[in-house]
Amino acid sequence: MTTTVLYTILSLSILGAIMAVILYIVAQKFKVYEDPRIDEVEDALPGANCGGCGYPGCRGFAEAMVKADDISEFNCPVGGNETMKEVARILGQEMEEKDPKVAVVRCNGTPQNRPQTSQYDGPSTCAIEATLYGGETGCHYGCLGKGDCVEVCEFDAIFMNEETGLPYVIDENCTACNACVTACPNDIIELRKRNKKDRKIYVSCVNQDKGALARKVCKVACIGCGKCVKVCPFDAITMENNLAYIDPVKCKLCRKCVEECPTHAILEVGFPPRKKKKEATEKQSAESQDKAKN
Amino acid sequence: MITKIQEAKVLRTFSKGGVHPAEQKLSADKAIEKAGLPKQVSIPIAQHIGAPSTPVVKKKDQVKAGDVIAQSQGFVSSNIHSSVSGTVAKIDQVIDASGFRKPCAVINVEGDEWADGIDTSADLIRDITLSAEEIRQKVLEAGIVGMGGATFPSHVKLSVPEGKEVDTLIINGVECEPYLTSDHRVMLERAEEMLVGIRILMRALGVEKALIGVEHNKPDAIAHLKNMVEGEEGMEVYGLKVKYPQGGEKQLIQALLDREVPSGGLPLDVGVVVHNVGTALAVYEAVQKNKPLIERVVTVTGKSLAKPANLLVRIGTPVKDLIEAAGGLPEDTGKVVSGGPMMGKALQTLDVPVVKGTSGILVIPEKEAKRTPEMHCIRCSRCVTVCPMGLEPYLLKQLAQQERYEELEEQSVLDCIECGSCSFTCPAHLPLLDYIRLGKSHVNQIIRNRKSK
Amino acid sequence: MNNKVLTVSPSPHVYENTTVRKLMYGVVIALLPTLAWSVMTFGIGAIIVTLVSVVSCILFEYLIQKFLLKRQPTISDGSALVTGLLLAFNVPANLPVGIIIIGALVSIGIGKMSFGGLGTNPFNPALVGRVFLLISFPAQMTSWPIPKGFNTGYVDAQTGATPLGLLQEKGEATVSQVMESAPSYSDLFYGQMSGSLGEMAGFVLIIGLIILLYLRIISWHIPVSIILSTGIFTGILWLADPTQYADPLFHILTGGLLLGAIFMATDYVSSPMVPKAMWIYGVGIGLLTVIIRVFGSYPEGVSFAILVMNAFVPLLNRYIKPRRFGEEVQDGQ
Repeated sequence: MTTTVLYTILSLSILGAIMAVILYIVAQKFKVYEDPRIDEVEDALPGANCGGCGYPGCRGFAEAMVKADDISEFNCPVGGNETMKEVARILGQEMEEKDPKVAVVRCNGTPQNRPQTSQYDGPSTCAIEATLYGGETGCHYGCLGKGDCVEVCEFDAIFMNEETGLPYVIDENCTACNACVTACPNDIIELRKRNKKDRKIYVSCVNQDKGALARKVCKVACIGCGKCVKVCPFDAITMENNLAYIDPVKCKLCRKCVEECPTHAILEVGFPPRKKKKEATEKQSAESQDKAKN
Repeated sequence: MITKIQEAKVLRTFSKGGVHPAEQKLSADKAIEKAGLPKQVSIPIAQHIGAPSTPVVKKKDQVKAGDVIAQSQGFVSSNIHSSVSGTVAKIDQVIDASGFRKPCAVINVEGDEWADGIDTSADLIRDITLSAEEIRQKVLEAGIVGMGGATFPSHVKLSVPEGKEVDTLIINGVECEPYLTSDHRVMLERAEEMLVGIRILMRALGVEKALIGVEHNKPDAIAHLKNMVEGEEGMEVYGLKVKYPQGGEKQLIQALLDREVPSGGLPLDVGVVVHNVGTALAVYEAVQKNKPLIERVVTVTGKSLAKPANLLVRIGTPVKDLIEAAGGLPEDTGKVVSGGPMMGKALQTLDVPVVKGTSGILVIPEKEAKRTPEMHCIRCSRCVTVCPMGLEPYLLKQLAQQERYEELEEQSVLDCIECGSCSFTCPAHLPLLDYIRLGKSHVNQIIRNRKSK
Repeated sequence: MNNKVLTVSPSPHVYENTTVRKLMYGVVIALLPTLAWSVMTFGIGAIIVTLVSVVSCILFEYLIQKFLLKRQPTISDGSALVTGLLLAFNVPANLPVGIIIIGALVSIGIGKMSFGGLGTNPFNPALVGRVFLLISFPAQMTSWPIPKGFNTGYVDAQTGATPLGLLQEKGEATVSQVMESAPSYSDLFYGQMSGSLGEMAGFVLIIGLIILLYLRIISWHIPVSIILSTGIFTGILWLADPTQYADPLFHILTGGLLLGAIFMATDYVSSPMVPKAMWIYGVGIGLLTVIIRVFGSYPEGVSFAILVMNAFVPLLNRYIKPRRFGEEVQDGQ
């Protein structure tokens, strides 16, 4: 009886010792050296693995930054300046501050503004609809309304409004990770500079058709008339392919162009109400704001 | 080879997959009618695969039927001619069958005057006087493209590159798409001209052998053609088993000659060139009658259409004119398709013009227009069974949906001919082809990027 | 006429008239001859077992989808009905009602819903239930009623051993001695033997196979490869020593082989997608069945064989590809 116990203990101990030696040798032989700073940098990152930086997950981003000599070209859109400063400190580099950004949906083609001309019946994704044809309305540039942008958002920062059929960005949640921008087949969503109080002035249209056609297919389309370009005191507005574009950096939020636009294609968001003269304009933007908040 | 085929008593067909959609050839016994001249035509400047042509007319120009309005650019490109006489109203963006706005020459029709040198008589000219090179030049000038729907410029397919050898010309009279009957009627009514056209194609390619493949659901056309080719050296007519997609080039070549076009290759790689019966007729008209490709036979059909018809239509005629000629748009219309129901494109407006590749206009009633809600894949493997290219559509769809493009490429997604057999047969109504098509375009993009690097 | 809003969708624009529901009810139709024959041989017990199994399978699917997964219940697609029928076919016709309900719960709950429902279950749900019952309730699961025509007796029915059971317990006796007490081939073919509810009568199962093939619900590869490989493997053993091993026909006609080959192994979800892989799968099932039957401690092995091969299906799907068109250039000259 005692010998059985003895033998058992003995054989198991020897077996254990041999295994330990083998494990040790294997672990030594296949040891992979990893820069300890990668872990440190990864810890400093938000850990959302959103891919907004263009790398597969935060780990991949950390590896790339540790490998690079200069990290000024890198940016974690989610963590923003604070995170990047922390990363720079770990890697012993300087980091310039970057302007925080926010996603902006540049289409206001609600069913009222942009009447439906056909009905799409297929998989409910913009990607497939965009390869099939120009969309359910006469406007072949605008929002397709199938919500690919909502699908890819990791931060619940964008949602589809059932009534207008358009996506709206919740500014507080948006991290400017760029996921929705790449998901949109029509390039409607743009990352623009985040202003104080989340105020925005932008051309809410991407239609490049000639004026007459653009106006026919959508009431609030940019018709490329150029009035805004003339009125802008800061040269912030450019006109290309029948479409106005407001440079978010040059724009000083004076709101002159908003009043000037004949189709109300330029929207102002987050401003206090104006005096009664411009009620119509204000109503327009206020409406869209209300919808956004719904 | 020929004798082997002749001996075979059973009808030939391709070996892999295939489906049997209901034939619905409603207009099979309707003779080709000349459609009335439209008031206005919009002729797309680019109606073919390859480089777009450049317009050579401008607003207020007077044109005659047969005048060049856009010149081909580069080798893989094609001329565009005015199909009517009248005044150019504008060069504008018009929605075409692709679903996008494309530049079109909009012409107001005034009278019906034809350009000089075009023989509009109905006399049959049998003697072929031109050399192979001259034929190619004529085909190029006449703006002839593949009329089965792919619209690949025909002169390119007639120029055999160095190092390749062609021994057989195949004439595609399969018309495997349900509903469509335009090729069927051409084979019945214009057989003599078509055979001269085939002779011309044979001379251009320098081949001694031409096989005409016709599906067995057109026994009258097979009998008629068999009658006609008697005494014609090197031409043979074959009845084929009815199975979709037999009209696919690769499938047809395999059915007739038992040669397999290699993955990623062309029929040229197995010594074959395939032309559609409509193209053969157009080649006859171009070479013998000096008439460019400005009109074609279009089947206008649909279950609730009053008078399904086969119409001879000028290129650029709006689809709504054709539907009007076929008895007007039915009340219960849900969808209008340009082409056949398996591979055709659904139209978003009826102002879309007829182009060189429009083989039919199909009006689908509302109750058949909508898709059935999709369910979960039950892995029944029907899609694998019916795929004529030996692919696994269920897997390709999954990979495309998960954006796993590299694996998608490994699984030969680019071999897909987009015939739609998988979506057609799926009991769970999954949008298989839709996602495969999306995946294909991504993989193509990735390959292009790789090459440009 | 231009004001009409047209529908635009990607091609194709016509569809074959098949649905998941039609396929499932096709299977049910193919199972009906067997059910009718079972009722005629085993009497009221067959009806009770089948009813309880079908009702509880459908009920469990409904309850799980509605209350646990909070999804729209999909019981109308008929897959729970098929599972219920198959589970009933795989148990004795005198099984206590409570045990059947447990089997149904395991089939639907563990075999199907825990993996995500129809289309995602790696194993045949009915077999999962059956094997669970076989291991948990071996006595009840192996006391087979003796077929004696239509009768109203249920649990108290007389029981007897299956032909394979006789073979398993033969001890030192030779096969021919066992065969004397075993039913004749025509009895086997017409189901005059003890066994599970739906597995005894070869001819009704073959009618079911013909229905399945005629309705194009399954392809012939799996049933043929299983039956053929079982025949070949047992044939080899039989030729080597006819006194020790039973002949191939006996093996094919007894036990659940035909039921398994025709209805259980061909379950869409848990079988391979490509004909080549179907052959491997079928031969694997045949081989495992023979090994378990001849050398194993259980008299019957079809269910285990199918479950084991089910586990290989993802691997087969991944590595066995159909021949692509134009993959290797054929010499067309």
